[in-house]
Amino acid sequence: MKLLRDTWLVFQRQMTLVVRTPIWIPIGLAQPVVYLLLFAPMLRRALLPTGGSDTYAHAYLIYVPGLLVAMACLGGLWTGLGLLAELRAGIIERARVTPVSRGALLLGRALREVANLIIQGLIITILAIPLGLSLHLGDVLLAYLLFALLALMATVLSYGICLQIRSEAALGPLINTVSQPVMLLSGVLLPLTLAPLWIRQVADWNPFYWATLGMRALFAGHPGDPHVWQGLLIVLGLAALATAWSARLFSRSLR
Amino acid sequence: MIETSGLRKSFRTRSRRRTITVDAVRGVDLTVGQGEIFGFLGPNGAGKTTTQRMLATLIVPDGGQAVIAGADLRTSPGEVRRRIGYVAQGGGTWDDVSAHEELVMQARMHGFSKAEALARAATAIAGFQIGDYADRLCKTYSGGQRRRLDIALGVIHSPRVLFLDEPTAGLDPASRVQVWDEVRRLRAAGMTIFVTTHYLDEADALCDRVAIIDQGTVVAEGTPDELKREVSGDVVVVGVNGTAPRAAELLTGQSFVRRLEIRDESGLRLHVDAGSTAIPQILRALDGSDIELLAVEVSRSTLDDVFLKKTGRSLQET
Repeated sequence: MKLLRDTWLVFQRQMTLVVRTPIWIPIGLAQPVVYLLLFAPMLRRALLPTGGSDTYAHAYLIYVPGLLVAMACLGGLWTGLGLLAELRAGIIERARVTPVSRGALLLGRALREVANLIIQGLIITILAIPLGLSLHLGDVLLAYLLFALLALMATVLSYGICLQIRSEAALGPLINTVSQPVMLLSGVLLPLTLAPLWIRQVADWNPFYWATLGMRALFAGHPGDPHVWQGLLIVLGLAALATAWSARLFSRSLR
Repeated sequence: MIETSGLRKSFRTRSRRRTITVDAVRGVDLTVGQGEIFGFLGPNGAGKTTTQRMLATLIVPDGGQAVIAGADLRTSPGEVRRRIGYVAQGGGTWDDVSAHEELVMQARMHGFSKAEALARAATAIAGFQIGDYADRLCKTYSGGQRRRLDIALGVIHSPRVLFLDEPTAGLDPASRVQVWDEVRRLRAAGMTIFVTTHYLDEADALCDRVAIIDQGTVVAEGTPDELKREVSGDVVVVGVNGTAPRAAELLTGQSFVRRLEIRDESGLRLHVDAGSTAIPQILRALDGSDIELLAVEVSRSTLDDVFLKKTGRSLQET
């Protein structure tokens, strides 16, 4: 109960800050919008070998779910920067000498990032509709559950990494180095049906690949596809693990 | 109100594959009484902030005991948190919220209901006189205004002990005096205040008792007056009309004079316990002789003299 109340408290404060400096939402959206407008149309022809129809609608149906996976993961991974700034400003220390739940200090912040990313994801999804994307509401809701879990996992992972390395300068190269191969191997740009066998075999071990498959199945209107529950389950498990790890680091003494 | 024994903390830092252990605090014993302003004085890196952060439950001690407001630091840090307030040097307010919002948030983090939090915020705004700017965003505040808010946040839950880390660092003289007044006001309300500082005049002017820490150990503890007396008491400079040797003869035997130096033929320096009581005794001793007293000046020894004596270094140099 206390965890819930305190998480809500921290989340509210964090959302106040988002509302007061909304500039971060368009900044976060710039890159995905560019990909949506300048990269996705090329897929219309590129996807022909996968057996799709030669339409923009098909291209967006394949590309938007991949883009959402990338947004949740990459967007989430950068959020540790905000945590570092709050640590340096003494804001977290001020909270830590109160009896407020330690877990809430972490979760309330992480949920702010998730909410932020969901807003961005929704804007991208809505922008894609006039470009040809068609959707079923129920499936999209389930897709956003997957999106939220991905964003939560990436955010708490980023928090954990930042608590370990404590350096803004090191975070950037680390994220870029790790995320690029992981993202390429999850087929967010191009479906891996186009990839040679060995890449697909490696990708089978990449949880984000499963998330992408689940997301695509939901956008395609196949909630019964086994990829959906597999993707949800894998991401749920990882999010839980990452949260536990990060929360443990967070409540341990911070210097 | 605060009682520590043998409090220790060391940090491990790794450089070039070797692990170096730095003993930041090596066994600190302190006793702070109810309603006291206790100053914890020392140069940067002496261990004063580390000690305070241990007492404020922000870092876990490696060894030793501490009881704060009746709660044991090692076994029930949660209880300690309920009874203390802590104001870090950096403050810790967001830029884009107002003082009023921060005060409510802080009270809510202490577990108060919304109504109670609003009431406490209103009381704090009145008490700390921040009404003029309570609804403006924190980023518009001056250093002094922000500092007053920091302290108001630290005591929103009416703690029994308040920890202040360098409360006046970087403030202009007028704001410093305001902060001191707030601290005295809190003491008058019965709070015990533990304040770290490296300003000697602050410790002297504000604190009822001080402890001096250097390289992780307490080297002196007492009231500022006691400590200064322990060094040399006060120095009284006496100016006479070219008859210093004769005056020295008359004064040497006096019980209040601890040491006497002749500076030149018309100047003497007397080391005494307390300048204010020495002056009439000097007047009496010289009365009736033909020595004409031209000037008497008391120069007080400072806490820096204490630090110098205890550590061999001046605090101002460190």
